[in-house]
Amino acid sequence: MIRFENVGLRYGMGPEVLSDLTFRIDPHSFQFLTGPSGAGKTTLLRLLFLNLKPTRGLISIFNQDTARITPREMPGLRRRIGVVFQEFRLLDHLTTYENVALPYRVLGQDEASYRADVVDLLDWVGLGDRKHVYPPVLSGGEKQRAAIARALITKPEFLLADEPTGNVDPPLAKRLLRLFYEMNRLGTAVVIATHDLTLMEQVDARRLVLTDGRLEIYE
Amino acid sequence: MSKPASEKLARPVKAVEHPQRGRLPLVPPQTIAGRALVLVISIMAFLAGLTIAGVSLVSQAAQGWESEIGREVTIEVRPIDGSDMSAEVAKAVALAQEFPGVGSAHGLTDQETSRLLEPWLGAGVDLGSLPVPRLVVVTIDDPGAFSVKDLAAQVTAQVRGGSVDDHAIWVDRLAAMANSMVFAGLGVLVLMLTAMVLSIVFATRAAMAGNRDVIEVLHFCGAEDRFIAGEFQRHFLLLGMKGGAIGGGSAVAVLGLLSWWLSGAAGRPGADQIEALVGSFEIGWRAYGWIGALVVAVAALTAATSRLAVRRSLQAMA
Repeated sequence: MIRFENVGLRYGMGPEVLSDLTFRIDPHSFQFLTGPSGAGKTTLLRLLFLNLKPTRGLISIFNQDTARITPREMPGLRRRIGVVFQEFRLLDHLTTYENVALPYRVLGQDEASYRADVVDLLDWVGLGDRKHVYPPVLSGGEKQRAAIARALITKPEFLLADEPTGNVDPPLAKRLLRLFYEMNRLGTAVVIATHDLTLMEQVDARRLVLTDGRLEIYE
Repeated sequence: MSKPASEKLARPVKAVEHPQRGRLPLVPPQTIAGRALVLVISIMAFLAGLTIAGVSLVSQAAQGWESEIGREVTIEVRPIDGSDMSAEVAKAVALAQEFPGVGSAHGLTDQETSRLLEPWLGAGVDLGSLPVPRLVVVTIDDPGAFSVKDLAAQVTAQVRGGSVDDHAIWVDRLAAMANSMVFAGLGVLVLMLTAMVLSIVFATRAAMAGNRDVIEVLHFCGAEDRFIAGEFQRHFLLLGMKGGAIGGGSAVAVLGLLSWWLSGAAGRPGADQIEALVGSFEIGWRAYGWIGALVVAVAALTAATSRLAVRRSLQAMA
């Protein structure tokens, strides 16, 4: 599904922030991406969701070499990837409901066709009574749950989450992890970037450990 | 008795169960410098409206002059030694009156000729002592039957010192002047629309810079460039429609007021000169139609320009 071969990345003329990354992410797989702060986790995630291009090496996503992806093909690929940003990136002028429904809206779907799905998912993540509230008045945890719901709503083939439980209490973190696990069971490949050891101990999953831009994999 | 707090709180939740009445715009309207842009578009549309009216007025007046002059020719009888001017003028009048297509022919009397020359020679001129040519004004009733060439040939042959002036030089000059003014007006129109397009491009770029986060999120959600461009275009179409309507409407109002003021201003200083130059200052329905079309064009141009600017910027961001 996703393949990295000798991938390196540097910003401008600076040192390489990621070096010689070679790994695969298989369909239906579940893995944690971990490592100390500044190790390059977010940068690796940006490469995975096509927000950055590597300075060397090959990245293949859904069997397409990312160096050959045309701007026209990009939206189609991105629709197959769900992303939960560490800083949530909710649109402040849209309600929680509209933020979560955004991926359907950009697909041009009729609201009646997805309204029930969005409401159900919001209920599931505990935002059923906050769906018509704007993000600035949501708490950090609520924003996080809204961001997760937005990433999951279209049941993407590949889900990337950057510290998705960083702002929620342990019981809710467990509940959200279950949601990711359920998505994985239904066929979505999941990569969760986290520092949270407790979270990682709850699931027996592959770990990609990034240290100083280099990757070690614990199957 | 007041209701329990829990019941009070429950009501809004119920009320918002299916509240999705119309989607909120993905690009927040407050992030676009809407008022300033509407003002710029209004001013441009207003000036463009006045230009259209001016061009229409000049073109209408030129047509009027041409048709008036084209319906009249003058036979000029120059004094030649040994010829009887009065007899030659009478001959020219008789010849013209018999000519096909001619409505009337009138030889100017001594008094009329003196009056014509008064601005240059003063009053009480003795025409007998000066070699002044005499004029016969020929009015044409049926331009289809009338041939100025044939009349000129016959006048030259039968009237001593006679020649025909069909005012072709004047008509050509008037047409050239009117065409120049029309082209100048169209040039001004193009310049104003160009300035408007540039303002829209800058406003669109500023709006995109202010909405970079929104654009990025839309991209991550898989939005195509044309979808994002459409979201911006919707806003700018609305701004263009507002600006165009305000500017076009103001132009129509000003023209209406001017027309009304001039219609009751006969004899007032300035009004007579305007009437002499452009006729009755009547803006035709066609010109109002063009101003209406301008409003639509301004809105369409605003939307299309913003769309193009967004597509270009998105391509640069990719």
